[in-house]
Amino acid sequence: MLEALLVMALGAVVLGAALGYAAVRFRVEGDPLVEKIDAILPQTQCGQCGFPGCKPYATAIAKGEAEINQCPPGGEEGIHKLADLLGREFKPLSAEHGVEKPKSVAVIDEQACIGCTLCIQACPVDAIVGAAKQMHTIVASQCTGCELCLPPCPVDCISMEPIAESVETWKWRYPVVRIVPAQKEAA
Amino acid sequence: MSVLQRLFGFHGGVKPDYHKDASTSLPIAVAPTPTFLVIPLHQSIGGPPRPLVKAGERVLKGQRIGGADGNASSAVHASASGTVVAVEMRLMPHTSGLSAMCVVIETDGRDEWVANQPFDYRSATPTQIRDYLRDAGVVGLGGAVFPTYLKLNAGKQGKLDTLVLNGAECEPFITCDDVLMRERAAAILKGAAIMREMLAAGKVLIGIEDNKPEAIAAMEAAARAANAAAADAAIEVVAVPTRYPAGGAKKLIRVLTGIEVPHGERSTDYGVQCFNVGTAYAIHEAIELGRPLISRIVTVAGNVKQARNYEVLFGTPMQDLIALCDKLPDSDRVIMGGPMMGLLMPGEDVPVVKATNCVLVGSKKLFPPPPPEMPCIRCGECAKACPADLQPFEMYWFSRAKIFGKAQEYNLFDCIECGCCAYVCPSRIPLVDYYRFAKSEIWAREVEKEAADVARERYEFRLLREEREKQEKAAKLAAKTAAGREKAAAAVAEAAKPAATPEEEAKKALIAAALERARAEKSLVHPENTADLTPEQQAEVSAIEARRAEIREMAKPQLRQDD
Repeated sequence: MLEALLVMALGAVVLGAALGYAAVRFRVEGDPLVEKIDAILPQTQCGQCGFPGCKPYATAIAKGEAEINQCPPGGEEGIHKLADLLGREFKPLSAEHGVEKPKSVAVIDEQACIGCTLCIQACPVDAIVGAAKQMHTIVASQCTGCELCLPPCPVDCISMEPIAESVETWKWRYPVVRIVPAQKEAA
Repeated sequence: MSVLQRLFGFHGGVKPDYHKDASTSLPIAVAPTPTFLVIPLHQSIGGPPRPLVKAGERVLKGQRIGGADGNASSAVHASASGTVVAVEMRLMPHTSGLSAMCVVIETDGRDEWVANQPFDYRSATPTQIRDYLRDAGVVGLGGAVFPTYLKLNAGKQGKLDTLVLNGAECEPFITCDDVLMRERAAAILKGAAIMREMLAAGKVLIGIEDNKPEAIAAMEAAARAANAAAADAAIEVVAVPTRYPAGGAKKLIRVLTGIEVPHGERSTDYGVQCFNVGTAYAIHEAIELGRPLISRIVTVAGNVKQARNYEVLFGTPMQDLIALCDKLPDSDRVIMGGPMMGLLMPGEDVPVVKATNCVLVGSKKLFPPPPPEMPCIRCGECAKACPADLQPFEMYWFSRAKIFGKAQEYNLFDCIECGCCAYVCPSRIPLVDYYRFAKSEIWAREVEKEAADVARERYEFRLLREEREKQEKAAKLAAKTAAGREKAAAAVAEAAKPAATPEEEAKKALIAAALERARAEKSLVHPENTADLTPEQQAEVSAIEARRAEIREMAKPQLRQDD
C-alpha cells in the first residue's frame, strides 16, 4: 500500500517538474491568436468597434470580451474569416457599430482649410501633411478612410470620397449563370 | 531547317478552325492617319507613364508624350505630328468599359518626325541599351505587352543558350506575325541579332507553326542570308506542329528545347528567353532606325468583307480600321485579340494600342451565343486539354465557391487563360471567366492586405512616436524644475555671501537711498476720496467696513468646513 502511494507520489512529482519545465522552456511570447485576428482586421484604426484601434479590438476578441461582428470596414467577409478562425458562429454586422460602406478616402477642400492642425492630430496613420496656419492635404495612398478627421475639423472642409474603379483595379465579375426559359415545342 | 532538329510535344491543346486565309491574301497596307489620335498613356504592364505634354502643345511624330515612371514602366510616343487637343479620360480598349488618361492629338497631315538618331548599341552598356528601349516604348507585341527592356536580362549566368523567337501565332483569325515574317523577315532577324548580342545567346530558334509555309520560307531565306553574312549557323527556323496554344511562351520553349520552366521560375535561369517576332522588329526599328514604337501590324478579320493586315498608328480608332474592311451589316461586337483569348470591347470607338494584335468583328452567326451552362459532370476533358498541366475542374469548383486559397493551391496563377478547357467542356461552362474572376479577386485582396500592413505599421509608429514625445516632454519639464531649484539655491547663496568690495557697498547704498526716496514720495500722496470727509460720509465708510469684517467672519468657518 505504502509502496504504491510512494510510486504514485514520485510519478506526480516527476511529471509535475517536467510540465513546469516545459511551461518555462516553451513559453509563447505574446498571444499568437491576437496576431492572427489582427491580420484579418482591415487596419482602418477607425475605432467604430468601440476600441481605440484594431489591435485592442483583436485583443478583446481573443479574450472573449468582444463580439466578432463589430467591425464595419471589415464587412461580412471579415466576420466570416473571424468566425472561421475562432470556430464561432457567423453573425451579421452589428448595426450599433455602423454599416459597411464602399472604401473611401478623405479629401480636404484646400480653399476652406484654415490650417488648425486638428485633423493631423486625429489621423491614426499620419496620412495628413501640413503645419499650423498652413494648408493641409491628405496623402490619399495612405488614407484608410477611417473618418476620424471629420469631427475635429472646425470648418467642415473634409469630405469622404469613394474610391472610383479604374482600369487597373477593375475586377472580373462573377460569371452570371443565365437561366433561359425552355423553348415551347411546337404542338 | 535542320532535319535533325528534335521537337518535343506539350500536353493538351486543341485544334480549332484557323480562319487565317482570309487576311493573308493581301499584303500589309498602311492605315490612313486619322484626324484625331487618342493615345492612352498606360499601354503596357507596369506603372502608368506620366504625361509629358499639355493641351495646346505641338508634337512631332515619335515625340515622347508619356515618360516611364517607376520600376517597370515604359514610355509612350506621339504616333503622328499635330497639336495636343487634350490630356483627359477617354474610353479604353478594355472589357471594363472604364476610362483612363489619354493624350488626344489633332493630326496635321504633315507627318513630321522628330530627329531620328540610330542608337549605337555596340558602344553602350547594357543598362544604357535597356534605358533606351524603355524610352523608345518597346514592349512585347505578342499580346502581353510586358516591357521588353526588363526581359533583355541574361539571368544568373550572364548568358543564354537559346533565344527563342515566337512566330507560332496559334490563335485563330490572327495573322499579323505571319505577314510581318513574310514581308519583313530581314528586319526581324536584325532585331534578333541585337537581342542575341545583349543576351549573349548561343543560338536563335525561330518557331513557326507549320500552317504558315510562306512565312517559314521567307524566314528561312533571311536566316540563310544572315548566317552567311555572320559565317555561322546560329539562326535556325523551326516549323512546329500546328496546335493551339503552341504560341504560348512556355509551350513554345518546351516544344523547341524540351525545357519545362517550373512554376514561379524564370526561363532565363534555364538558359532560354522568348520574344515575339513583332518585338524583334520593333527593336530593330528603335535601335537601327531610331524610331520609337508608334505603330504595329493589326489583323482586321471576322465578320468583314475583306479581312486584311494593316500597319496602324497607336491611337487610331478601331472603327476606322473596320470601315476600311467593310463591316458586314449583322456585326454586333468587336473583340481585341482572337476568339479564344480576346477581350470584348466596350465599343468601336476605342483606340488601337500596343496590345492590339487583332480587331475581330463578330456576329451572332460567326460566334453563336454559348448554350446555357450545365453542371460539371467531372468528365475530366478539361484536364486532358489543359496545356499548362493543371486541373481545370478543381480550379473551377474552388473559384465558383469563392474559396480562393484552395484555387491558388491548384496553381490558378499558372493558368494562361488560353480557353482550351472551356472549348472542350461538354457542359459548356465558361471556365476561363471563373478563373479571371478568381484571379482578379485574389489580386484585389493582396493589394488590400498590403495597404492594411502599411496602415498597421504607420499606426504602430504613431503610437510609438506619441509615447516618445510624452517622455521627452516629461524629461524637459523635470530639467526645467531642476534648473529653477538650482537658481533659487544660487540666489540664497548669493545673499549669504558678505559684500566684498567697496564699489558694491556704494552701489547698494545708492539703491537703498533710491528706495527710501520712493517711499517718502509715496507717503506724501493721499487718496483724495478718503480726505476731508464729512461726518456722515465717515460714518457710512465705517459701516461698510464693519459689514465687510462681518462677512469675512461669516465666511471663515465655512471655508474651514470646506477644507
